[in-house]
Amino acid sequence: MDWFNNHLLTFIVFFPLVWGVIGLLIPTTSGSGVRIYKNYVLFGTLLTFLASLVMLDRFETYGEEFQFVESMSWIPRFGIQYLLGLDGVSLWLIILTTFLMPIVILGSFESVEKRQKEFYFLLLLLQTGMLGAFVALDLFLFYVFWELMLIPMYLLVGIWGGKQRIYAAMKFFIYTMVGSLLMLVAIFYLAHQHHLLFGNYSTAILDLYRVHIEGGSWLAPQSLLFLAFALAFAIKVPLFPLHTWLPDAHVQAPTAGSVILAGVLLKLGGYGMIRFAFPLFPEAVAQYQMVFIGLGAIAIVYGAWVAMIQPDMKKLVAYSSVSHMGYVIIGLFSLNAIGVTGSVYQMLNHGISTGGLFLLVGMIYERRHTREISDFGGITKVMPLFAVVFLIVTLSSVALPGTNGFVGEFLILLGTWKASPLFAIIAGTGVIFGAVYMLWMFQRVMFGEITHPQNKELKDLSLREKAVMLPLVIAIFAMGVFPNFFFKKMEPSVERFLSRSISRPIERYDESAYSNLNTKKDVNHGIAQSH
Amino acid sequence: MPSEWIALIPFFPLVGFLINGCWYLWGQNPVGKKAVDAKIAGAIASTFIFASFVVSLALFIQLGQLDESSRYFTQVLASWMSIGEFNINIGFRVDSLSTLFTLVITGVGTLIHIYSIGYMEHDEAPAKFFSYLNLFCFAMLVLVLGDSIPMTFFGWEGVGLCSYLLIGFWYTDMDKAIAGKKAFVANRVGDLGFLLGMFLIYTTYGTLNYSDLSQVVTEIPVTAMVVTSICLLLFVGCTGKSAQIPLYVWLPDAMAGPTPVSALIHAATMVTSGIYLVGRLNALFSMSPVAMSVIAWVGALTAFFAATIAIAQSDIKKVLAYSTVSQLGYMFLACGVGAFSTGIFHVITHAFFKALLFLGAGSVIHGMHHEQDMMKMGGLKSKMPQTFLVFVVGWLAICGIPPFSGFFSKDEILWKAFSSDHGSIGLYLMGAITAVMTAFYMSRMIYLTFFGEQRSDIKAHESPSVMVYPLFVLAALSFAGGWIGVPHMNWLEHWLLPVIPEEAPTSVSHSMEWVLMGLSVAGAAAGIFAARRVYQDLSLASELKQKFLKLHQILENKWYVDEVYESLFVQPIVRLSRWIWKVVDVQMIDGVVVGLGKLSMKTGQSLKVIQTGSIHVYAIMMLIGLLVTLGYVAYGLV
Repeated sequence: MDWFNNHLLTFIVFFPLVWGVIGLLIPTTSGSGVRIYKNYVLFGTLLTFLASLVMLDRFETYGEEFQFVESMSWIPRFGIQYLLGLDGVSLWLIILTTFLMPIVILGSFESVEKRQKEFYFLLLLLQTGMLGAFVALDLFLFYVFWELMLIPMYLLVGIWGGKQRIYAAMKFFIYTMVGSLLMLVAIFYLAHQHHLLFGNYSTAILDLYRVHIEGGSWLAPQSLLFLAFALAFAIKVPLFPLHTWLPDAHVQAPTAGSVILAGVLLKLGGYGMIRFAFPLFPEAVAQYQMVFIGLGAIAIVYGAWVAMIQPDMKKLVAYSSVSHMGYVIIGLFSLNAIGVTGSVYQMLNHGISTGGLFLLVGMIYERRHTREISDFGGITKVMPLFAVVFLIVTLSSVALPGTNGFVGEFLILLGTWKASPLFAIIAGTGVIFGAVYMLWMFQRVMFGEITHPQNKELKDLSLREKAVMLPLVIAIFAMGVFPNFFFKKMEPSVERFLSRSISRPIERYDESAYSNLNTKKDVNHGIAQSH
Repeated sequence: MPSEWIALIPFFPLVGFLINGCWYLWGQNPVGKKAVDAKIAGAIASTFIFASFVVSLALFIQLGQLDESSRYFTQVLASWMSIGEFNINIGFRVDSLSTLFTLVITGVGTLIHIYSIGYMEHDEAPAKFFSYLNLFCFAMLVLVLGDSIPMTFFGWEGVGLCSYLLIGFWYTDMDKAIAGKKAFVANRVGDLGFLLGMFLIYTTYGTLNYSDLSQVVTEIPVTAMVVTSICLLLFVGCTGKSAQIPLYVWLPDAMAGPTPVSALIHAATMVTSGIYLVGRLNALFSMSPVAMSVIAWVGALTAFFAATIAIAQSDIKKVLAYSTVSQLGYMFLACGVGAFSTGIFHVITHAFFKALLFLGAGSVIHGMHHEQDMMKMGGLKSKMPQTFLVFVVGWLAICGIPPFSGFFSKDEILWKAFSSDHGSIGLYLMGAITAVMTAFYMSRMIYLTFFGEQRSDIKAHESPSVMVYPLFVLAALSFAGGWIGVPHMNWLEHWLLPVIPEEAPTSVSHSMEWVLMGLSVAGAAAGIFAARRVYQDLSLASELKQKFLKLHQILENKWYVDEVYESLFVQPIVRLSRWIWKVVDVQMIDGVVVGLGKLSMKTGQSLKVIQTGSIHVYAIMMLIGLLVTLGYVAYGLV
């Protein structure tokens, strides 16, 4: 118990992996063995969720900047540490991950038929990678987790995917990899600069925040480093025009892969911006602010327009992700508390609503083995409950007030309006087109007479499927009506993020100003020791 | 504590929604189960909305006992969104303006709920219907009770959702589903304007709370440009929700929904939200003469334009729909000339007589076994005497015949359009001509439906009493409702003073008012007699139709506005989207990505030529390399 208390984050991060490794010992040659195995995995992810709730409970809103810090020297020569810590932003992303995981596992119970053991093991491995990336406070460690996520995702798409799974998996892998490599170079550069300035190597993020790199122009070193980071994260988000891997990966991935991809992996792009790219390179952020807001606004409209005419439901949802993640980008680059809070919230919302949409599309795919919108019509008649759930998730996706989506979009647009009314107007048209593509799909799938005889026999949601969707539906309304519960916990973190990311050149040369900004002593202390 | 009752008003219908909604989902959805009686579901829904009415009435009475300056109650349940200094509460405010709306919504709402029990008796999912109806009332009540603009927006979008769901209630008919979507999307266009206006208010005044806003609006100096932008952006929202030019196109299509829905949502309550918003923020609007005249002219034009279309429609509900658009135009005309309380007055009387007319039409449709074409009706006077009776009341009210309610409010609007500082002869004339046209097309409807001989062999019957009794109540209100705003002893204007300040006294003499009043009564009478002349004997009507065939076609096809929008916005966007997807996305952007991959493959492929695997070749290569290096070194040394 003592170990658990002191290593809460390590426990949460590695528990899925350990649980998965032990699970490999369960014999799955018989049907009952498989059933036991699946429930075992589900139980494990529920335990992780429970542990993350313990974490939520112990998190002190106005406490240290990073809490539950664990630090251990790893490669001392280069100042690389095993350094974990949690703030108000990563807190919610962790909970999003642990919340979605049992849903995904339960949702896959009947859709995955081959190589079940490997499938669930990879999901657990993926979870460890994602959780680790959210709490790593050492850039090198972050990079390790960042790349660790790639492998299971690559295999999930490549083995359990659709017809063009190999192509999609390769594209996903290489595209993401290319982006990350530049980031790796930038990390080395930063560690080197730290060495030059302070006499020792370090990749700890709080140390690197103190490294000032010459900035101020479009191609200054700081700007180039920022772009190296931003590229990696923008590919992950994905930001227009780096998004083309996403529709392929989503369409080919199995439902679980799509949900995790949209629900959590994309969030790492936004999270990376918040934790690394912005606070490390504030002057570059100021330099490129309008460029990224512009790209984000284009992504919103572009994603919505392309989504509108997709014949395949899954592809439609994939392009809608491009649109929705555009909001996250413009909110972050608005550089004010309203926009940034909205962005973080939007990341959670998108995980829930798009995750929900992928699950629903998966459910109907399992029944009909097609995702073409034109193969449906009048489904409400045979699947009324499915239609209601679909409607609720759709409303969350079109940001109807009362659902979570509204809170995020409203704040982001308001924040963006403060930064640039013009781009807020452009982005705002997404409000219209978002309704168009979602309701048009909804209408063609759900309304009208049943024209395809195969659809007459469709069964409504099973008990298992209800259990999968219920938590999401509850989350949609709870987050729409009580967003303050979430905002409160992230408020200090957002404040700190802004104070670091808004470029104030004069203060940054002043060491004492820095230490005033940095209210947290403990982690610094810990880092100093490890040197 | 009266202020603690406020939340009960929206809370009751929310509970009703949940009960009926759950019941529908788990107890009576139509898959494999037999149809359910509408009576229980309807009784539940009606009870809850009636409970809201009782609370609303109690609060109204409480308000009446307060001084003018403190005539409001507020209630804050919790904070909704709070980030730093930005804070939006889940809060309600009942004052002299919102209390009127709550009374109309819950009062007329209750009648329509009861009526629906009869109207929906043969439907297979009545619980679903009633749950939506309750949900609508909840959203509508939040809209008018919200103490800040975002709360109003919450209701604003919420009623839009319910409108969408109820228009497409009979979803197996694709046309109805499409009409629902059209309504939602057209409203979303307006909502974007609303949102942006809200943002501009926040960045200008630093608050979105109504009571704070009414204070700072007078304190913070703002350029005319900004105020006008705010007002026009908000008005874009109003043109969506309240069906004004250019976004009115969804409302006529919205008649696809069940008729009680048309009465409640698309006539009496939801579509008047725009007038509510303008009235609520009248201090802001009054500061921008530009925005005011835009509102007045859009209103007047819409009133006129919609009336022309109404003349040539043969679907009984379509006539009423365009009539609603037209009447909403009157309300904006009033607001635009600064007569906000007159606009609100017309909202109230219109809610009575238009709900009556719609429900009357619903009764006709019900009695005619879902036939809506007036050309197949006729002579229903004797078959549906009670419906006929109430219909006549509604008809006289909308035509503006004294002392029916519509007379007072419409005449007041025309007078204000003429006499107010913001008004003009042009606005007055538009309004007056529209009034004559209104009398004409409404009389046309009466004659086609109730007089003459029936032009089909559908066996019409009178509706059950559960439908007829609510009609009697509405008929009484349509008859007498105008007395709350009789000129010169105007209770309504006085009551609204805390929210809507008194207008500047007019310089036009009051004898003129009597002249205009006489004129509008004469105009209405002329419209009625013209219609009587034409439609009593249909051969004259068809003769006229032949004579003005082109014009008739244009009007019948609604000036082809839908077609224009389709080819101007919808088709280009769809085509552009397809082009963006197929060309920009797949070929260009993804082409570059895939091209880069292919490029590296090609490079590897061409480089692999030198990897022959033959020792001899490698040896020669090494030799050449060695020589070159040696040569370079030697050369370099020299």
